[in-house]
Amino acid sequence: MKNSLPEVHGFFQRDRSWHPPAFAPGYRSTVVRSPQRAPISFPNTLSEVTGPVFGHALLGELDNDLTINYAKAGESAIGPRIVVYGRVLDENGRPVPNSLVEFWQANAGGRYRHKKDTYLAPLDPNFGGCGRAVTDAEGRYWFRTVQPGAYPWPNGVNDWRPAHIHFSVFGPGFVQRLITQMYFEGDPMIWKCPIVRTIPDERAIERLIAKLDMEATQPFDSRLYKFDIVLRGSNSTLFENRKEGN
Amino acid sequence: MAQELNRLKESPSQTAGPYVHIGLTPNFLGIEGVFPVDLGREMVNDETIGERIDVVVRVFDGTGTVLKDVLVEIWQADAKGLYNSPNEPRGKADPNFTGWGRMASDMENGECVFRTIKPGQVPFNDGRMQAPHISLWIVARGINLGLQTRMYFADEDAANRVDPVLTRLEHQNRVPTLIAPREGNTYKFDIHLQGEKETVFFDI
Ligand SMILES: [Fe+2]
Repeated sequence: MKNSLPEVHGFFQRDRSWHPPAFAPGYRSTVVRSPQRAPISFPNTLSEVTGPVFGHALLGELDNDLTINYAKAGESAIGPRIVVYGRVLDENGRPVPNSLVEFWQANAGGRYRHKKDTYLAPLDPNFGGCGRAVTDAEGRYWFRTVQPGAYPWPNGVNDWRPAHIHFSVFGPGFVQRLITQMYFEGDPMIWKCPIVRTIPDERAIERLIAKLDMEATQPFDSRLYKFDIVLRGSNSTLFENRKEGN
Repeated sequence: MAQELNRLKESPSQTAGPYVHIGLTPNFLGIEGVFPVDLGREMVNDETIGERIDVVVRVFDGTGTVLKDVLVEIWQADAKGLYNSPNEPRGKADPNFTGWGRMASDMENGECVFRTIKPGQVPFNDGRMQAPHISLWIVARGINLGLQTRMYFADEDAANRVDPVLTRLEHQNRVPTLIAPREGNTYKFDIHLQGEKETVFFDI
């Protein structure tokens, strides 16, 4: 009988004290958008451990180059040229291949190409602000962009977001879905930001700060920042000789 | 001291923010020419097996105001109860059904409209059948960690009453927050982030 049941390897439970709490009044938008009752847990079923997959065939040639994927032919976005690279891993340290990584950001002046953004910094006609990549067999991704600017936002009267890039990441299981933000090493704005400070543990914040990698930097082209992302792991990969299928 | 387990911690979440559309639904926003289509908009095609339905999701904040900047993703089985995923061990799902949808809410009325099919049943880990359901993941400005919930179907009352997840809820008076009523071929699923009608969210 037992053999007829689907073998489901659940993900390690989320450490909710490591993530920002839903209610974090320093970030005022959370006050009316935070559930107040305790979330309910049950063991992962096939509904949780399965998820959509996006192949490399999805990608266009310029998807991971934000300096030119919205630009007129022969032109490119204005701002400090950087490459962001890293790996998507799970909590066991295993690479997550075929992970769709999507990213979006403000331009070098701190302005988003969005109808709701009214900041007085100008739009860059050659910068859209979105890109995507699919990780390779070792979990690696990379993209070229311009370093985004800091920008003010309505929260307190003088709150500014540090320069950041938004990331959306898929794992093979739908409950691994994660959205987060990447910050830049050495930026003093990070520690003043009410959104950053929704994360209770300083060590967790450090995990979102990309490191400048001068060794990998491309001379006369782009500086490189390294940003690894960790998704929830499961016990399915603990035992090598288990039959295939995650 | 004992040996280290050397396990990594998950990257901490941060809000999707108000400009999530740029990254995840750029064409919806009017950023055209970067990606040919917004992913997750088309779940079905003419060949898809199953009953065509619309699922209309709205999300309300604690003041009763509908969110106009929310992004919702759904994940569901095909008409036979199989997931279109490499982690599906039971067989091959309908190749004409992705099972995954992504919609930004309409900026006027807050509706996320998914054109999909009614899913089949999927077993719980002890072999009991779960009632047909759709998994949801909700992100927006002011939401620090994507919210996970499920939608069940009001016209599946018999299955809902023995569903292993619904029956384990301590507060049975909250079960209706997970059940979408049917009007014609449309299921309307209103999600309340706070208040009397606060939707059951999961930590799964
Ligand atoms: Fe931002």
